Amino acid sequence: MTVVGRSYRISLPALAAASLVLVTTALVLVFFVAPTDADQGFSQRIFYFHVSIAFTSYLCFGLGAWKALVHLWKRDPNADLESYVGIHQGVIFGSLVLITGSIWARISWGHWWLWSENQLVLFLVLFLFYAAYFMLRFSLDAGPQRANLCAVYALFGVVLIPVSFLAIRLAQRFIHPVVFTRHGAAFGGWIMVTYLVSQAAMIVLAYTLYRIELSGKRLDVRLRELRRAYA
Amino acid sequence: MNYAADVRALARKDLLLELRARDTLPAMLLFVVAIFVVFHFSLPDRSSDLAASGLLWVAIVFTALLGLGRAFVPEREQRMFDGLVLAPCDRSAIWLAKSIATFAFLALAELVALPVFALFFHGIDGTTVLAFLLADVGICAVGTLVGAMAVVTRARDLLLPLLFLPLAIPILIGGVGASVVASPGRYLLFLALYDALFAVLCWASFEYVVTE
Repeated sequence: MTVVGRSYRISLPALAAASLVLVTTALVLVFFVAPTDADQGFSQRIFYFHVSIAFTSYLCFGLGAWKALVHLWKRDPNADLESYVGIHQGVIFGSLVLITGSIWARISWGHWWLWSENQLVLFLVLFLFYAAYFMLRFSLDAGPQRANLCAVYALFGVVLIPVSFLAIRLAQRFIHPVVFTRHGAAFGGWIMVTYLVSQAAMIVLAYTLYRIELSGKRLDVRLRELRRAYA
Repeated sequence: MNYAADVRALARKDLLLELRARDTLPAMLLFVVAIFVVFHFSLPDRSSDLAASGLLWVAIVFTALLGLGRAFVPEREQRMFDGLVLAPCDRSAIWLAKSIATFAFLALAELVALPVFALFFHGIDGTTVLAFLLADVGICAVGTLVGAMAVVTRARDLLLPLLFLPLAIPILIGGVGASVVASPGRYLLFLALYDALFAVLCWASFEYVVTE
């Protein structure tokens, strides 16, 4: 079995440079330009990262599921590894959502964990799910069977996201009847610009990391093949 | 043979196997009763009935896990998988038949577990029974597919709960919601939605789990 790499239009150094510039700009905007929230003060600034990381994480899970579908559907030899790497990035960003969310909850309400924060609970469920995905993957030998099982499980994940979202919303009614309402300031001007730049920064950063990990993993696979051919 | 006949033959095989070997169902029954006793001692005095209702769901999900862990053991031990996959029938029929058999075991276990729960803790209303029926469909549909995955891995029994529990969290939310709130309509609806969505997904993807 030979692994065929895909050729990409944007080179990796260009991507890395772009993410460096974008992340720096986002940091400057978040800390120096965006107005301080009248209600929650300085701590509200973590939201620019928290929300954009969460969205990026969904994108990564979506990418992983899409590549899984491509694997099952077209038997594309690249798709299995791409699906795995996409999900891996999703889990890394998902952990960051949990961490930033916890910090924010601690500062706003004095608790590190709040079951009433839907986003946090959803990411905890997804974290458990995708951690199980890794267990499944590492418990099988590389080959078509592993690729198939992982692809099916990844597809389950993308269905689980909206279903869990709905379920957690429903659970609020009997577990936490009090719903925190966030009456934020008007979403415009520098707030909008800052959010959009941080969002773009996170997406480009995630894509860069995805490409780096992918090329590393491909190198691994090729090396293993060469060793096998040589032995 | 058509699809329904395939499913019937395969499900009949599983039920007959259980009838002769009596491996799974007695273990599930004993387990669920033992769990109730454990729960009795882990609930402090004067804790609310609602807590017991929630624990009932935990007990049933764990009992289901016990049954699901056994579901593909005959296939693995007797190397029946190759035979099943080679048989001239649609692969999804294997999943459907196994789900039906598991559903039968789980429903039978509940037939004993729910009255025992009523005896030990408090009575159960019709809504809860309906919620259990709906939840069983989802548990068996998803659990059978995940069980077929776990059985081919190195970790086997270890992996099944890890793969299954995150997928079962929405079922638990729907089920507990339906048994504790006053107007359970939306929770029952949610369980039905879950069943439909995941049953279709499992039905469509089982082929890839057993073939290469």
